[in-house]
Amino acid sequence: MQTVKMVVTGPFNAGKTEFIRSVSEIEVVSTERKISSSRDRKVKEATTVAMDFGRITVDEDLVLYLFGTPGQKRFDFMWEILSEGMLGFIVMVDSSRPETFREARSILETFRAYAPTPYVVAANKQDLEDSWEMEDMRHALRLDPKVKLIKCIASERKSVKTVLLELLYCILAEMESEG
Amino acid sequence: MALRGNLRDFTVTQLLNLINLANKTGTLIVEAPSVSAQVSFRGGKLAYAKFDQEDNALAAILRRSNKLSLNQYHVIRQRAGQMTDKELGLLLINAGYVTQEDILVNLQQYFIDIIRRLFTWVEGLFRFENEILPPEDRVNIRLDLENLIIEGSRQLREWEQLQDEIPSLEMSMKFTDRPGANIRNINLSVEEWRVISYVNPKNTIQQIARATKMNDLEIRRIIYGLLQAGLLEIIRPAGIILPFSSRVLSSQDREKQKSLVNRLIDAIRSM
Repeated sequence: MQTVKMVVTGPFNAGKTEFIRSVSEIEVVSTERKISSSRDRKVKEATTVAMDFGRITVDEDLVLYLFGTPGQKRFDFMWEILSEGMLGFIVMVDSSRPETFREARSILETFRAYAPTPYVVAANKQDLEDSWEMEDMRHALRLDPKVKLIKCIASERKSVKTVLLELLYCILAEMESEG
Repeated sequence: MALRGNLRDFTVTQLLNLINLANKTGTLIVEAPSVSAQVSFRGGKLAYAKFDQEDNALAAILRRSNKLSLNQYHVIRQRAGQMTDKELGLLLINAGYVTQEDILVNLQQYFIDIIRRLFTWVEGLFRFENEILPPEDRVNIRLDLENLIIEGSRQLREWEQLQDEIPSLEMSMKFTDRPGANIRNINLSVEEWRVISYVNPKNTIQQIARATKMNDLEIRRIIYGLLQAGLLEIIRPAGIILPFSSRVLSSQDREKQKSLVNRLIDAIRSM
């Protein structure tokens, strides 16, 4: 049995757990805990403390595992462990919370330093009224024009599939460019 | 869709950078508890700025910079109160009180001062309104933002913030490929030029810091400014090339790897 792994990362409350839930064929193995900080609790009640874990079975020989990283910085010791051996990674960003953009950029750089695998950036919550425009987000996140920034609504399976496919296309393109 | 937020999370320097890179036209409105400012842009360049609580009429600006005497100022206020700034400007030039250059230089200085004061704001709601264009009845200027962005970046002194921006000094840098950007038109400090002279994908930031005898804070400050001005971008150091196969799928040959990815693509497409 061949297994491959992709990592879904991003700041707190970017939508990583929901993203994995939307496509995983198993109930996502989640390590959510009630949030102790009153500031963060205003945003959501529970958060991932170790990882989320979802699965997509391709066929009897191949399984894709999706790992979601904890978003809160105090759990960042998990990031390097989760990034080991990944095929590629997705950086989720909440399009309606510009206060998280700097952290998203920092997480992106950190993961690139762990493993220079292909990645895409998913601009989540694009259905919200306060969400930033894609071009503004690209500038704010200082993304190179070559980096794929994809509109996303993590609760919609179709949208999540699009992000996963774009990442796979990047991986394939990199393989081809390496000859 | 909104370009709005709080300066606590997104600084004025970052906003100017975004407006510059996106060549935006419109007005940035920043509201703090007791004061608010409006800064207008056309095609990513500064066109006009004002504090709402300040007399920002042309006559007042020229008076503050001593281009008009107190007497002249009072006469203008009495007799030309209904004139637009553009009309007043023409009148003053024709009367020989000031030159066109006087007006433009002093307005530019006034607008830059407003931006400088905005740099010191750490809290305040902002929004960018595409529909609010630079006011037509006021004299507009056309000022590149790069120098202002670099100046604003120099004011950033928060070490933690700089660490967030540049988490690792083991990365390298290269010049961005931006048509139209000319480094000769940008005022760089001696320290910035020293760093620029070492920019090369083979040199890590750490190595440049050593060569220029800068500590971590100093090198981060300078690189942050150059990144915000869009002159540089961070890249992985040259020479560290991890072949894809050794990273993830070492037991398979390249065709098998591609086949595996294609199977993943087919599976996700058919979900």
